[in-house]
Amino acid sequence: MKLRFDRHARRKLFSHGITVASGLTILAVLYPLASILYESATRGGRVLFQLTFVTAVPPNGCSIIACKTVGVGPAIQGTLILIGIGGGIALLVGIPAAIFASEYRTRGLGRAISFTADVLAGIPSIIMGVFIYSYFVLYDPTITFSAITGGLALSAIMIPIVVRTTEEALHTVPNSMREAALALGISKWRTTLRIVLVAALPGVLTGVLLAVMRGAGEAAPLLFTAAGSNIFFQGLNYRVAALPLLIYNFAESPYSNQVQVAWGATLLLISLILIANVFSRYMLSRMVRKMSGGA
Amino acid sequence: MGATKMKVSGLTAFYGNKPAISDISLEFPDHAVSAIIGPSGCGKSTLIRCLNRMHETAPRARVAGQVLLDGEDIYAQDPTRVRRRVGMVFQRPNPFVTMSIYNNVSVSLRFNGHHSREEIDRAVVRSLEQSALWDEVKDRIDAPAMSLSGGQQQRLCIARALAAEPEVLLMDEPCSALDPIATAKIEELVSRLKKEYTVVIVTHNMQQAARVADFTAFLYLGKLIEFGPTEQLFERPKESLTEAYITGRFG
Amino acid sequence: MSSPTPSSPSSAPKTGRVARWPDLLFFVLVGIAGVAVIALAFAILGILIHESIPSFRAFGPGFLTSTVWNPNTNQFGVVPFVAGTLITSGIALLIGVPLALGSAIFITTAAPRWMRGPVGTAIELLAAVPSVIYGFWGIYVLEPYMRTTVEPNLKTTLGWTGLFGGTPIGTDVLTASVILAVMIVPTISAVSRETLLAVPTAQREAAQSLGATNWETTRVAMLPYARSGIIGGIILGLGRALGETMAVTMTIGNKDAVPTSLFDQGQTIASLIANELLNNTGPLQYSAILEAGLILLAISLIVNAGARVLVWRVMKVGGQSVE
Repeated sequence: MKLRFDRHARRKLFSHGITVASGLTILAVLYPLASILYESATRGGRVLFQLTFVTAVPPNGCSIIACKTVGVGPAIQGTLILIGIGGGIALLVGIPAAIFASEYRTRGLGRAISFTADVLAGIPSIIMGVFIYSYFVLYDPTITFSAITGGLALSAIMIPIVVRTTEEALHTVPNSMREAALALGISKWRTTLRIVLVAALPGVLTGVLLAVMRGAGEAAPLLFTAAGSNIFFQGLNYRVAALPLLIYNFAESPYSNQVQVAWGATLLLISLILIANVFSRYMLSRMVRKMSGGA
Repeated sequence: MGATKMKVSGLTAFYGNKPAISDISLEFPDHAVSAIIGPSGCGKSTLIRCLNRMHETAPRARVAGQVLLDGEDIYAQDPTRVRRRVGMVFQRPNPFVTMSIYNNVSVSLRFNGHHSREEIDRAVVRSLEQSALWDEVKDRIDAPAMSLSGGQQQRLCIARALAAEPEVLLMDEPCSALDPIATAKIEELVSRLKKEYTVVIVTHNMQQAARVADFTAFLYLGKLIEFGPTEQLFERPKESLTEAYITGRFG
Repeated sequence: MSSPTPSSPSSAPKTGRVARWPDLLFFVLVGIAGVAVIALAFAILGILIHESIPSFRAFGPGFLTSTVWNPNTNQFGVVPFVAGTLITSGIALLIGVPLALGSAIFITTAAPRWMRGPVGTAIELLAAVPSVIYGFWGIYVLEPYMRTTVEPNLKTTLGWTGLFGGTPIGTDVLTASVILAVMIVPTISAVSRETLLAVPTAQREAAQSLGATNWETTRVAMLPYARSGIIGGIILGLGRALGETMAVTMTIGNKDAVPTSLFDQGQTIASLIANELLNNTGPLQYSAILEAGLILLAISLIVNAGARVLVWRVMKVGGQSVE
């Protein structure tokens, strides 16, 4: 009797031990997030409130010394332009492609599109950069390093995200809605756009937002395309700055003020991404609520 | 009652290579209620979905034969046009979940053609009155459609279909998801509708057919067994199969 | 949906006239977009293959076995980078899988209900942090810590294994692996969490009614059921680790040779591309870099396909066995 009691107690103790250990893993897992936020706030927070953080631009023909005056203004502008181009292309290609894959699915092409989007989503982002770079080196070397190629590289990363999230969102629209609309004599294209897509809109927009935020954070594909710059936007054919590139370039800079700018940029970028993430989560839960019963 | 509104001629409908209904021929009279009855899987839904060309929206679905509306084959016309003349109410109420009551009813008017706000308002009120829902929703016409009960939602779907001003109204087991009181309301409404429309109703409930329909068709395993005035079909069926079904020996 | 056929009464099966031109136009337009997506995939493959040809012609299959990467003598082999990639990803899995599984198990079984949302969200936010920020943090926070605390301790306690030779300077294969581990934990944890949640309650209850402890319930009723999904998640995490560029480039030391110890510097295929695509001595090196990229693409495609098959299968099974 006593023996059995001990064995049971041992099992319970072991189970509790596992629980504690797994609880500790949560701490270990969350620590980097906390650390990143803390470090970027303490090391770069001060910089955010200085005007030069945004406006500083090296004087013309800057020497190595003078080039160290750089703010994030060009980078913010560049990032916005790049995700604008990339996002625009991703929207124009990705949403219609997802509509085809979802609404015209019985043709093999529809399934092929879904499959391809999944495949593309798994390709490392640097390969996208290599792809665009190689293509332009071959066919139009004059704009190899430009906002155009940077935007294209980002769009290659964003398209699979937009296709997958849009397809999922369309999938959640119940078929009875499509049938009801068709039976009323509403043409298929109107049904798809004005009834189905509208109903799926929160999910679609969430997907676009996620894709854009992903594009805003990518540096690898921009290394060989947008290539970075110290000055404000010059034109679509010219190199352009971007926040992740700035962070990468200044990370190991010998000038402490540049490192500090990098920390400020980190804080800026990560805040934007986290806010966008939480916001998209909220939008998604709203859509789920709307679909299952209104008000 | 009298003239033929829709005539079905040698109709066979396939899913892939399997025929769900074979070689069906019958005529639905104008301004009357025709019921289609039969055991589960006999092809009632398939048949009615061929009448407004909804059958072909299913994957690998095909149709052979003719369906004439006022003498013209609907399969030779633009399906969208056909569906405006032949409306449908489905088994489970399917109002557009993201829209209000008003927007649901007015959707066909807003999407097909240009109508003034006053025209749309009038049409919405008329349709809701025809489907016996107006009194219950007139104070909350902009409330979400999903705030209505199941029976109300189905009447909303009927109003929505009527607002498109069809000539024929198809109803695919419209009461099967509803409670008896809601069912009674809808049956009453169907009897009134036949004054202005031609109604074809699929039902698995024989008593319902006996209550509301002027004519009844009995389907079994995809074939039309018998079609005639309801009273005659139920009291003096011509086919022994019909008699067996009606007396409850199967199905 | 339908195509034009001559309307002959009651003979061959027909589907009637196609709806007007707006429907057709819409179909064509969205179809073009769909084709564009597929064309993109082929274009990527095509260009990589095209640009690798010079290197393939010069080195043949020897490219896959040579450890030499010498721009001066134009001798190139991909082994150092495959080694770097596999070592860093492997260690990342070694560190990351227990952490990810532990947190997934904790959240789905032991954590109080109110914790699930916030912690789950926090873990998914980790997945949204850009690679370059992890790298930056790695340089200024992780590396000093590794150099001053972790690595010397490892050397003294586990030095006998021969894995920890050389002086630890912080920028090395081990640090890069740790950062990768941090980056793949959210992926593995999220998939594991979903598959664990998909285990039918009936299974849990069966174990509990037999008097099993919490851990035993998890071990006996939940983990086996969720196993292929979890493995799928792990492979998905592996796929992510293989292609990670920025964080690795910033912490691995960028040495084009097979690392001799965990404290040695190294290079993955991704970091090779990042470092040398633009700074190379000639077209042959460029082509070799692209061939390496092609190999990376092939590896990650295979790994991701495997992951998807496993996760897809478990989700399907889970869905079907709802009681």
